[in-house]
Parts: sequence; structure tokens; C-alpha cells
Amino acid sequence: MGEGTRSPLPKGGVKGRERNKHMNDVSIIGIGQTEVKEMWSTSIRHLAWYAIEAALDDAHVSQVDALFVGNMAAGQLSNQMHLGALVADFAGLRGIEAVTVEAADASGGAALRQAVLAVKSGLVETALVVGVEKMTDQVGSSVTAVLSSTLDADYEAIHGLTVAGMGALLMRRYMHEYGIGVEEFAHFSVNAHANGADNPLAMFRNRIKAERFGSAPPVATPVNLFDAAPSGDGAAAVIVTSHERAQDMVSQPIRIAGSALATDTLALHDRKNMLHLRAAELSAQKAMAAAGVSHDDIDLFELHDSFTVMAALSLEAAGFAAAGEGWQLARDGAIGRNGRIPISTFGGLKARGNPGGATGMYQIVEVARQLRGQAGDNQIPDAKIGMAQNLGGSGATAVTHILSNR
Amino acid sequence: MSEYKPQDGLMKPDRAVGIVGYGAYVPRYRLPASEVSKMWTNGTGGTPIVEKAVNGLDEDVITMSIEAARNAMLRAQINPQEIRAVWVGSESHPYAVKPSSTIVAEAIGAVPNTMAGDWEFACKAGTEAMQAAIGFVGSGMARYAFSIGMDTAQGRPGDALEYTAAAGGAAVLLGPGAESVAIINGSYSFVTDTPDFWRRAHAEYPSHGDRFTGEPAYFKHVSGAAEMLMESIGTKSGDYDWAVFHQPNAKFPERVAAQLGFSKEQIKPGLLSPRIGNTYSGSTMIGLTAILDIAKPGDRILMVSYGSGAGSDAFDIEVTDKLPEVQNLATTTEAYISRRTEINYATYTRYRDKLKLS
Amino acid sequence: MEVSRHWRLQEQRYKLVGETCDSCGVKLFPPRDVCLECKAPAYALYTFTGLGELYSFTTIYDAPAGFEHSAPYTVALVKLEEGPIVTAQLTDMDESELSIGMPLEMVTRKLRTDGDEGMIVYGYKFRPIFSQQVAN
Repeated sequence: MGEGTRSPLPKGGVKGRERNKHMNDVSIIGIGQTEVKEMWSTSIRHLAWYAIEAALDDAHVSQVDALFVGNMAAGQLSNQMHLGALVADFAGLRGIEAVTVEAADASGGAALRQAVLAVKSGLVETALVVGVEKMTDQVGSSVTAVLSSTLDADYEAIHGLTVAGMGALLMRRYMHEYGIGVEEFAHFSVNAHANGADNPLAMFRNRIKAERFGSAPPVATPVNLFDAAPSGDGAAAVIVTSHERAQDMVSQPIRIAGSALATDTLALHDRKNMLHLRAAELSAQKAMAAAGVSHDDIDLFELHDSFTVMAALSLEAAGFAAAGEGWQLARDGAIGRNGRIPISTFGGLKARGNPGGATGMYQIVEVARQLRGQAGDNQIPDAKIGMAQNLGGSGATAVTHILSNR
Repeated sequence: MSEYKPQDGLMKPDRAVGIVGYGAYVPRYRLPASEVSKMWTNGTGGTPIVEKAVNGLDEDVITMSIEAARNAMLRAQINPQEIRAVWVGSESHPYAVKPSSTIVAEAIGAVPNTMAGDWEFACKAGTEAMQAAIGFVGSGMARYAFSIGMDTAQGRPGDALEYTAAAGGAAVLLGPGAESVAIINGSYSFVTDTPDFWRRAHAEYPSHGDRFTGEPAYFKHVSGAAEMLMESIGTKSGDYDWAVFHQPNAKFPERVAAQLGFSKEQIKPGLLSPRIGNTYSGSTMIGLTAILDIAKPGDRILMVSYGSGAGSDAFDIEVTDKLPEVQNLATTTEAYISRRTEINYATYTRYRDKLKLS
Repeated sequence: MEVSRHWRLQEQRYKLVGETCDSCGVKLFPPRDVCLECKAPAYALYTFTGLGELYSFTTIYDAPAGFEHSAPYTVALVKLEEGPIVTAQLTDMDESELSIGMPLEMVTRKLRTDGDEGMIVYGYKFRPIFSQQVAN
């Protein structure tokens, strides 16, 4: 095994309640993930395999019926497309149905969504989903250029806009409309790093102090190094099947109670109110309605904190805060592990790292660990229902999943 | 064979042709000559001008020509579809092969029913295009024709030209005399093969003959064209309200003006080199736009360009009653010159692509 | 080298030629053929004045390939006076003089080049109002 370490995930007790009620739902029976970091000696196929191997072990299965690979940019970053076939082949799953799903850094969440549709339709019995991104086959400005290609190439990227620049445009406007300073965003990063510090798989395990926030070097003003999530290599995988089968296969199936994907304009400039993440709102509402849960029922929220402002906007779009007040949840400590709505419980994109198209699958694996009670030092006490929301870029794609341990 | 008379060389169209619109452009950055002196002479050398205009990283002859042409269009108030030629004179065209002029024509809306071409004759490419445009309009081949003189001039680091080689220029739209803000009474060209300054293909910087660029080159051709034009038309220096000569520095135009009998007052509004440097193909033409910005109906202007290699084009221009109506329809030359952001030598080397980055 | 791709966008890049919706009359830039507001076809061309105001901005230090040599540079959202917001670089300014709401005007500048030998891409940028005809 290379630098990517799989997390061993022990099993809990049998849980067979509400067996019939959710017969048609889809449940997670296995999870796996690698560390997020710069893994110079590990290729994209190995990355995917390490996460898959861990998930197969965790589920105690050796064969699946379909593979959905969530990936953002292997075609540009590693000059490797056709990942569905490649990963299926490398994982010894030749012959199965396998495709790649791409939606920028929402690719992971979008891949899971496809697996849910497939299993729910009855056409696929067991599906494997892996989110994988190999960011370090290229370095520096080349990677920045690849990430910029997730923006509108003709009308944003050609003007030199970057993903961080997109976050910065939102952050500047947010500060302007709601009259707050950059220092208010520090609380999101402080929280993320505090949680990342206890996650052995996180890219950054250092705690940061809010006071030092202002002196961080600029990436794209006003976004600085402490606002922006770092890119890293990583892969995370889950195995899903019908809830009915899941209950017979594992002791702790994690039920996907809600799943929804929505879109918004690709370019930020085309949005009527860009501080309102419409796709994030739509997908959250649909997923919550499907799951039949309200905000009070949700014990944790793995959101897409690619930039601190995105965390504030995500909290608002998902309905945990009113417009312009998302940042107050961070200031008031409501996002901490013991707060009203814990976010980024394993470090989030900011500290665990943002491995592009794998990010959405890390969120799912992390929520599953919380709901299984296997989150170690990061455990949210008595977590029953968790939400994961994966955004593509500025939220042109938003995928929300609600997981439940019953 | 009869003896040559100056009148034989006077270029005067059959029908009246004049300037229907004009516009200047000068980028905002200024490199004080003292910065160059500090770098290469420990500050001990004299400086031929105060400072020169430098283009920003996102500017070149094409972008600068577009802004100058747009200013000319604002003053001309004509339909760009009636333009039959867009000519850009420069010795710093961004492409060696591919016209600057097609991009300018596209940007001002003159395509597709137009000619477009790039001109090169060292610093007189723009005025040569003006003469061609006069012929185009005067012959009835075109209602309007654009001539632009614009440069982002190159000066070898440490060379005398580095103090002065500047960025800027002007666009002049020629059209029917009846619509003109200034009539072209006539023009005269004076050309010999005099290699005082050149740049070989693929060479980054021009080479020059140092003091050879003076008497046998600049002074001979500028005086030659000016004297022949005035003789052919029957004017004297005192008949002109204003005069503008190609200005590679401050000294040359002042000296040639004095030799030709022009006062300091006559050349003052058009003498821009002390403040913006030598804008090469733009140099004489932007002097003209500065004069047009302040001239009054009835004013008479002598304009003489100089291009190394070598030759001069002289023009006799007379302001009409229409000029005051258009002077303030676009940004004035002075407004561009007054807009200044000083840079140091290090920033200059970056903006002028003198740092080896790859 | 993406020659035809940039060529086909020249009208928009050089002159801010967008569209206007046949049905609700809203002005569209970038042009998108299907109205952003009412979803009706929008094919009628409309040339924008190039005047607008600063909506948001960022100075980019971590530049993508093709833009490294111009970093740091400022990218803005500019709200055109006809309504739409456009993404573009700001030029001829210092970041310190920028404030949201300040008036801007369009200019044509170099956007990027494809290396030393590739084509030069020109297009719109914006600067604080300087032109006399606008100031008048």
C-alpha cells in the first residue's frame, strides 16, 4: 500500500428497526477513504483502488454491479479520461457497468446521486461510487488553469478569473451588502482546523488562531490562504444497495433518506442575486422534503467550505441562517462540534482538504462515520441524521444528501 | 526635359479633402528620463526629455490604435460602414505577419466593406498613410479613410534611444472637404536612401548611426520637405499659426523649427516630446491632434514628419469653422498627457517585456 | 491554440455586442439566445454602451497558466447600465482607488496570448471613467 492510508472502520451492533418503512430506500453498506495530501508516488488508479478496497472490505463484499466514478478533471490533470473503464479494470471489476460523472468539484456528490438513481430504479442491485482526484500530476499555475476551466471558459476564465477569484468576488460583495469585515470569516477556518486536527486523514492538522487570519498571504483579495481550501490528492468510496438488502448484509446500514441535485447559472454574473445559492437551496429543500426532516432534526452538516464565504452562503441557502447571517453562526460557536449545527466535523474542505471530484464522497463517508458512531475524537454525540452538500464551483451544481442511521 | 519645379511635387487632390475626425492616445505610465540616467550613467548623463509614456502590460499598437480611432469616430460622428480604408502605420505592430488594421477595423465597426493595411516607414508610416488617404478620398475612391500613426517604440537598454522611445499616437480620419474640421491644402514628400536607423527582421531593438541621424538624415529631410512644400504653395513660416515637426527628442524639432524661421510660440502646443517622449509613428500626428485641440477656425498648420531610412512628409492644413464643434466630443490630447502614473526602471522593464521570463 | 474559438467571439469581445429579448425586452450580455428572465428566444443583437459600475472585484495573486505574467491583476463584476453584470478585468487603475458602485467604462485591451508564438486575444476590460465624452 502506498502513502494513502485506509481507515479501518469497525462494525457496530445490529439495527433492524423500521425495516419495512424504508424498503425502497438506498443504503450505504461500506465506506472507504484515503488520506488527503500530496501523494507524489500514487497514481490516480491507485488512489481510486485504495478507497475502493477499503469500502469493499468494510462491506464484506467482493463484487458489485455498477461503478460510478466521480472525477473533475483527470483528462486535464493526468491526461487520463475514460476513468470508468480504467478504475473498474484496475479494481478487478472488469465487465461491470462503469462510467465517470463530472460536475466540477460536485462530481463526487453527483456520482452518488447517479448510484442512488440506479439502485432505486431496481436496474442495479449494488453500486460502488468512488470520488477520486489526482491534483498533483501537474503543479502550480497549470493546476490553477485546470480549475479555472470549471468556470465559464468564454466569459469568466478568459478574463483570468480563477476559482479563488470567484470566491473572492462573492466574499467582497457579501462584506459590502452585509457590512462586515474580513475578520468575521476567520471563525469558519478556526473551526475547520480545530476539527481537522483530530482527523488523521486530514491534509492540515494544525489549529489556527483567528488573530493570525489577517496576516495570511492573499490568494485573490479578499480571499487569503486561511479562507481558501487547499487542493490535495484523495479518493473516497461507498457501496450502496437497497435498504432491504443492506439490513441483511451489514450491522449498521446508513440510509440515504434524501438525495437531490440542482443547477444554477454556470457564470456568477448571470445570477440575479449571487449571494443566494439557488441550486444549493433547491437541492437542500428537495432532499429534506424527501427525507421528511426539518432543520432541527439534522445533527451535523458537511458543507462545501471551499472558501469561508461559501460556508456562510451554504448555511444560508440550506436554511440554517437567514440571508446575510450565516457568518454569525460561526462567530457564535453554533458550528462547533457541540454547537447547534456542527459543520466540517472532520475538517471540511478547509482542513481535511479539497480533492476536487472526491470531495463530495469524503463528505458522505464522514457523515456515515458520524452516524455509525465511528468518528472517534470528532464524534458528534448521538448523531442520527446528517446532511452533506457538495457544490460545483460557485454552486452551479449542488448535490444534497441526507443520511440516517435508522 | 523641363527643369523640376517644386509645384510639380506638390500633392494636392482634385477635390477638397480634410480631416473629419481625429483622436489621440497616450498610455498612463511615465518613465522619467532620470530613471534611465540613474541606471546607466550613475545619473551623470544629461537627459534629452523629462519623461516618456510607457504602455501597460495589456496594451499594444492595436489596443492603442483602437482607442485613438474611437476618439476620432466620436468627433467625426459618421457611420463606420462608410469607411473604405483603415491603415495603421507603426514600427511595433504586434504581429510580424497579420494586420493590426483588421483588428482596429473590426473594433470600430468598419468591416467588411473596407480596405485594411499596415504601413511601415520608421516614424513616418502614419503620415504616409495620411497621404494615401488623401488620394483615396480626393480621387473619389472613398468617402472616408482612416490613417493611424501609433507605436510602442523599442529602445535597447542603455542606448540613447531608451530615454525617449515611447508609446502613443493618433488617428486621423480623412473625408470630404465640406465635412472637414481642417482642410489639407497640400502635401509634399521628400525621400532619399539614408540608412540612419533600422531594425533588421527578428531583431528586438533598432540600431542607429548615432550622430549620422542628425544633419544628413533628420535635418536634411525635414527641412527639404518643409521648404519644398512652402515654396510650392507660396507660403512662408509667418503664414502659419502653428507648426509641428517629428520629435525624436526636444532639441531636434526646436532646432529645425528655428532654421525654417518658426518661433517657439508656433511650435509650442505641438511639441510633446519633453513630456511623453518620441512616440515614433505617432510623434508628428499626436502633435497635430494637440494643436487641433486648441486651434481656431482659420488657423493654418504646417506638419512635417520624419521617418528614418529616410524621408519626410509635409502638410499644409487649414482649420475650418467646424473644428470648435468637435474639439470636446472626445478626450483631448492634453487630458491623456496629464493623466500620468510614474513608474521606476524596474517596473518599466517588466511592462516593456525586457525581463526574460521563459 | 484555440483560434476559431476566440475569433467567433470577436463581436462580443471588441464591441460588447449582446442580445435583447424579443419578448420581455431584457438586455443580455453575454448573449445566450434563450432569455435569462423569461426563457423566450433572444436573437436580436444589441450593442451595449460600455458604461457601468463596479459590483465586486478581486485582485488575483495565484494566477492560472497564461496569466502568470500579468499577476497580480484585478478581475471585477461590472454592472452595465443596461442591467446585466459582466466579468472583466479592470485596467488603468490601482486597487486602492476602487470602491463598489464607482462608474466604469469599457476599453479594448489584450486579454492573453497563446505563448510567444500564438495568437493575441483582445477583448473588453473596464477602467474608472476617464473619457471626456462620458465625463461631459
